[in-house]
Amino acid sequence: MNSTQALSRNTILDSVRANQPAKLPMPSIPHFHMNQHHTNQPADLVAAFCESIARMAGVVVTEDVPDLDSFQCAKFPEAKVICSAIPEYAGTIKPASLNHWSEASKIDVCILRSPMGVAETGSILLSDIELQVNTIAFLAHDLVVLLDPKQIVGNIHDAYEHPYFKLRSYSVLMTGPSGSGDISGITVHPAQGVKTLTVILSSALSPTPNASRRMG
Amino acid sequence: MMQAALMVPCYVDTFYPHVGIATLELLEKLGVDVVCPKDQTCCGQPMANSGCYEEARATEEHCARVFGSFDYVVTPSGSCTHHIRNKFSAGADSPEKQKLVRNTYDLVEFLHDVLKIRDFPWATFEHKVALHTSCSAIRGLNMASMSERVHDTVFSKPKALLSGVSGIEFVEFERVDECCGFGGTFAVTEEAVSAKMGYDKLAFMQKASPDCIISSDMSCLMHLQGCARRQKQDTPFYHVAEVLNGVSL
Amino acid sequence: MSTPVDQAKNAERFLADTVHEQRLDKLLWAMRMRRDAAARQVPEWEELRTLASEIKEHTLSNLSDYLIQFEAKATANGMIVHWARDAHEVYDLLAGQGSNMLVKSKSMLTEECEWRPFLERRGIRVTETDLGERIQQLDDQPPGHIVGPAIHKTTQDVAILFSKKYGSDPENEDAAYLAGVMRENTRPDILDARAGMTGANFVVAETGAVVVATNEGNADLSANTPPLHICSVGIEKIIPTTESLAVFVRLLTRSATGDRITQYTSTFRGPRKGAAMHVILVDNGRSARLGMKRFWHSLKCIRCAACMNTCPVYRRSGGLSYGSTYMGPIGIIMMPTFEIRKYSELPFASTLNGSCTNVCPVKIDIHEQIYGWREVMEENDQIQVVKKEAMRVADKVLSHPTLYQIATTTVSTALEVLPHFAVYNRLNAWGKHRDVPEATTQTFHEWYRTHRPKTNEEVRRG
Repeated sequence: MNSTQALSRNTILDSVRANQPAKLPMPSIPHFHMNQHHTNQPADLVAAFCESIARMAGVVVTEDVPDLDSFQCAKFPEAKVICSAIPEYAGTIKPASLNHWSEASKIDVCILRSPMGVAETGSILLSDIELQVNTIAFLAHDLVVLLDPKQIVGNIHDAYEHPYFKLRSYSVLMTGPSGSGDISGITVHPAQGVKTLTVILSSALSPTPNASRRMG
Repeated sequence: MMQAALMVPCYVDTFYPHVGIATLELLEKLGVDVVCPKDQTCCGQPMANSGCYEEARATEEHCARVFGSFDYVVTPSGSCTHHIRNKFSAGADSPEKQKLVRNTYDLVEFLHDVLKIRDFPWATFEHKVALHTSCSAIRGLNMASMSERVHDTVFSKPKALLSGVSGIEFVEFERVDECCGFGGTFAVTEEAVSAKMGYDKLAFMQKASPDCIISSDMSCLMHLQGCARRQKQDTPFYHVAEVLNGVSL
Repeated sequence: MSTPVDQAKNAERFLADTVHEQRLDKLLWAMRMRRDAAARQVPEWEELRTLASEIKEHTLSNLSDYLIQFEAKATANGMIVHWARDAHEVYDLLAGQGSNMLVKSKSMLTEECEWRPFLERRGIRVTETDLGERIQQLDDQPPGHIVGPAIHKTTQDVAILFSKKYGSDPENEDAAYLAGVMRENTRPDILDARAGMTGANFVVAETGAVVVATNEGNADLSANTPPLHICSVGIEKIIPTTESLAVFVRLLTRSATGDRITQYTSTFRGPRKGAAMHVILVDNGRSARLGMKRFWHSLKCIRCAACMNTCPVYRRSGGLSYGSTYMGPIGIIMMPTFEIRKYSELPFASTLNGSCTNVCPVKIDIHEQIYGWREVMEENDQIQVVKKEAMRVADKVLSHPTLYQIATTTVSTALEVLPHFAVYNRLNAWGKHRDVPEATTQTFHEWYRTHRPKTNEEVRRG
């Protein structure tokens, strides 16, 4: 830190110390559970998750998807560049093949796996581990996310207990495709980011024990 | 016999004496020995709310001297009560001032919480009513629940009292607790916005086709009535005191 | 010495445009209703508000410790932490970041510090990626609302603007079409940019992380695509832990728009490989405000704009009427700390109704602070001389029973004298859109003297 910076730092800290009010205690945060309409039973959490994500224009697939290839072909017939960030599906490219962060914009569909969903909000968690190339989360056109329904937690308090928030350089709670209400309060999808978000809820697609996870 | 001092807000004294009269008669009907100090003037709110703190001092001190010896001071005004109870800080401290701050009640509070009256057998009012409760009364005096606090039990002290008047019917209207736009000196300093708020409030109320508009604050009604008359609406306006006292349309 | 912003006059002008005013009022009231509906679904809503308020008060009263903790953690994570006493201290960093174009996401702090004009004067092009900010940037207008900067514009306004700037179809007012136009035109800049600027909603001391919540993902775009990420944040944005973050995330979006969360709620804990991340901790008057006994609670603000949506005055004045970076109720209590004279009229742009205080997710006593600022304006001689004089006359009359009774005896005198405290602004302002109260034959006290003569004894006690 140079001397100007040190001066700024010290001036600010001195001013803060001189002005901060008498210390007030940190409250203890209760462990809130899902509201009275839902319990923490898995079936309830899945139902709540589906309801929440639908409000944000996310799409949920609850039936088994035995063949990802035919699934995405049917859903995205025009797609040419299919990026797979999961080991069990090849796609047409892998994230590792992207040479530059901005190249994620050429991806039509990206298949990812999320380690956690949140019933309260319909969010799915992604980090630099799952994405491998962070920009996929918003430069790709469409995302398909595999989520084991057993990994759906109740609420945001539960969600922020996930170790990613203390360990990863980038983690995002993503809830539906990008949107905006900035034009006259009318909600539109998409805005700048992904155009659609489809979550496949299926245990059948859980990672096999020897699937590797690359550290981003 | 319980004794109470009647505080008549300056604008009620001048423009709506019938509200002061109705308040007096109502309290007398309920067996209260009402004293009306002749030296009363104003609670200081117009100056204090304008930020002219210094210029409210003498008025507030005078008010404390006039009313500071009574166990109950009753006024048909939520805004004056709110000012005295929660913002009465321009004048010097004194035992009278402290007593006044503790013992001032809006009329509705006094009837509902102190006298605990719910029936007004001498009153009949077979009309549809749009009830307006002032922001001072709701958020300053907790006289009714507020829409912002969605989990609170819904209640309204003025409505509870008025429900004791035979024949009365309340109409529901949108934005029930949005401010009417009076706001004290705001009514003239931000005249355009104030008037628009008043016009909008009236429009929401009129959509529900009430026979009249009622409130426990004449300041709101003064503003709303001004807006209504300018638009050639002849809807009658009443203070809660008048209806409880047995006024007829 | 700057002239005070005449918010009342600006509001009057906005009101004259009935199309825009009615639309804004309806739209933002609907937003307030959505907030209510969302709060209803959370039984512990009021408990969350109390927690959020207490967490912020704890943090602000221990701010120096938390700032130091954050700096240590963030540095260990690979971020470079800067400290800026005011807007100017960032100039060198910004000017020297090496690229001639950068993308940015919405940050009220950057508006406050006026960094975009600074950069543009130095030939550095800045592309706003937030749709609302971009609209305002293209129209050369400041934001009108802190969550929806262009919320006061109709789809027609945007269609015409985009046709001028982007050559799109001026007749096509479809919001999805317009969003698409923006997306196409902004994406090349995003892909080419060498630097991105963001703000942050929260800064987590325990983990050295910054948290940004957007609907568009544009902060993620601005932060993750270019190789340089500059995140500037006010020092009051610190919260202690990830556990406390959950409380705020649950309150923020519900208060702002009624949704349960934004589409992208992201945590940045360090630069990605091969990139750099700078965090600028900005004071710009915040530490001084921390020492204001009556006003420091305004630092709890999480920028949700719930106060603006519920404020009946804001909805009828429009955000631009305040002439300030932050507008509406929160603006009224913050702006005078930046420039007391310029914003000396703002505390009077309120009816003190208190709705704002009761929607604020962090329980700032906004309307009480507004009242407090009115007193400060008097103490600092910011109240117009004419008004003060009128108030002095009022106090004299209202503290002397004899003068009061003389003044109120005849109706014509009363009408002249009593609203006299209003004369300082405009003559007959009351009567512009309203009738004055009807004439009465006698005052209450005159009636009382004749109808209750027995009880008309002077009651003097003590």
